[in-house]
Amino acid sequence: MRRRPNYLAGAGSLVWLFLIGLPLYVMISATLKSQSEFAQDGPLALPDGFTLDNFTGAFDTGFGRYFLNTVLVTVCVVGIVLLLVPPLSYAIVRSRGPVTTGVFRLFLLGLAIPLQAVIVPMFYLISEAGLYDNLVGVILPTAAFCLPVSALILSGTMRDISRELFEAMAMDGASPRRVFFQLVLPLSRGGLSTIVVFSALQAWNGFLFPLVLTQSDSTKVITLGLYNFKTERGIDAPGLLAAVVLSMIPVLLVYLFARRALVQGLMGVGGK
Amino acid sequence: MTTQMTRVRPAAPVKERRRTRTANVADVGRPGFLWAAPATLFFAAFAVVPLIMVVVLSFMSWDGIGDPEFAGLDNWRRVLDDPVMIKSIWLSLLLTGLGVAIQTPLSILLGVWAAGNQKNRAVLSAIYFLPLLLSATAVAVVWGALLDPNFGVPAEATWLFGDGNLYGEQASAIGVLAFVSTWQFTPFHTLIYQGAARAIPPVLYQAAEVDGAGRYRQFFHITLPQLRNAMITSMILMVVGGLTTFETVLILTQGGPGTDTTISAYYMYERAFKSFDYGVGAAIALVLVLAATLISLVMVRLSGYDKMRSTTEGL
Repeated sequence: MRRRPNYLAGAGSLVWLFLIGLPLYVMISATLKSQSEFAQDGPLALPDGFTLDNFTGAFDTGFGRYFLNTVLVTVCVVGIVLLLVPPLSYAIVRSRGPVTTGVFRLFLLGLAIPLQAVIVPMFYLISEAGLYDNLVGVILPTAAFCLPVSALILSGTMRDISRELFEAMAMDGASPRRVFFQLVLPLSRGGLSTIVVFSALQAWNGFLFPLVLTQSDSTKVITLGLYNFKTERGIDAPGLLAAVVLSMIPVLLVYLFARRALVQGLMGVGGK
Repeated sequence: MTTQMTRVRPAAPVKERRRTRTANVADVGRPGFLWAAPATLFFAAFAVVPLIMVVVLSFMSWDGIGDPEFAGLDNWRRVLDDPVMIKSIWLSLLLTGLGVAIQTPLSILLGVWAAGNQKNRAVLSAIYFLPLLLSATAVAVVWGALLDPNFGVPAEATWLFGDGNLYGEQASAIGVLAFVSTWQFTPFHTLIYQGAARAIPPVLYQAAEVDGAGRYRQFFHITLPQLRNAMITSMILMVVGGLTTFETVLILTQGGPGTDTTISAYYMYERAFKSFDYGVGAAIALVLVLAATLISLVMVRLSGYDKMRSTTEGL
């Protein structure tokens, strides 16, 4: 339909590509430089030699530990989301009555609650519950704040299951539980993978809850490790950027394999 | 997100609901609300209860160790009399406004472009979306290293950046914050516009072609009006996101120079978790939430979005 290519837009997109690419280039090239080389030649220069010291250095400052903590938080958050959201979305889509409508409204409103709004009472609640400086105290609120978006995405998927299939199962006298396990879950695989990717990303990149709810080195997650690295040894830019690259590797792997699920999920957030 | 709201099934007619379960075939096999109970309770405990508590705590004084004590309007008086607080609200609004003003045109153009059918589109948009994957922390750290006054790009390109210390002055420090947020969030909004632009019925463009409208007329008379709903969604998300920007400020400027980039979200963190004045922190948090809600409501009202005027009218 478009007769000729839109050169202006193409050029604009190339400018944006440069802006996206520049920090990525600096990040990767810096991790291969020594600290003195980075300071002397500046961030834009190509690396002279090739060193992996920055990566091993990052592990020396405790990144292995932070990495494991982050993995633990992410796995648990995804587990909670997978346990809670499918039945919730099933009820939102299929059950009738004012209670379910109210529940759906609650989660829609929940989309708008920013973390900062609840961080002070969260600190109070988690301290009172004796979970301060404990990863459980990070996992629970992080998972809770993944619920609204996940419920929205998954109930969107479940709504697309055709009514006839439900009716057919009802005719056979299937219980809600059977309908859920034999019809709804298998047909919502797309939505399920989206909410897994989405909540994993949230948990992996979380910062405010860990910052406020943990303290000691043994409960630190990667994002906090980066922040501390920056405040304490900010002068070692190559080391810091190596840590950033390490923190991104799992995310990039997920992106490679689940780009579709992620992009669809994010589009779903913006309104289809 | 609000489009979803209209998709809530209208409550079943009363007559139908009063019948017993066995009498109505359509109700057989429907789950009860109990299926929603675990998630709802969990969400209530960790999101709704704290949201209510923030109101209560804003009337209490608490230093984080003992028990909170009732303080009446004390916190509020201190918050509203505090010049730094007033300044932080303006700074939050300024940064949010800048974000909306820069990101909206940029992401509309990129989104519409990405919705087209160029050959290289898939590869390019895969790269565009990379910032979406990075934590705000990582983004701030990377740009912090790049824009470092001593070892970064500004120190090399002094012809462009003066003394190279972008964090030394209010204007340039705010510029850095706006730029980094744009870098981080434009891809997300691009995605919203890309989805919306793909959904525009091609028949509109065909009709415009027949009438001899050029590309730029088509953009202003078809594409932009059709993107109206996406624009509201995206701008509301920008407002909420902008008002709650935190990591970027904490890592890049620490609110400085002086208090020149101390936006409300950062000020809340300082007052609560650095000065151990949790009551005041709660009050600031509440101001933030109220501001974000108010701005969103006004935007929805002014745009007529709440009436959900369809963009397919007249088709």
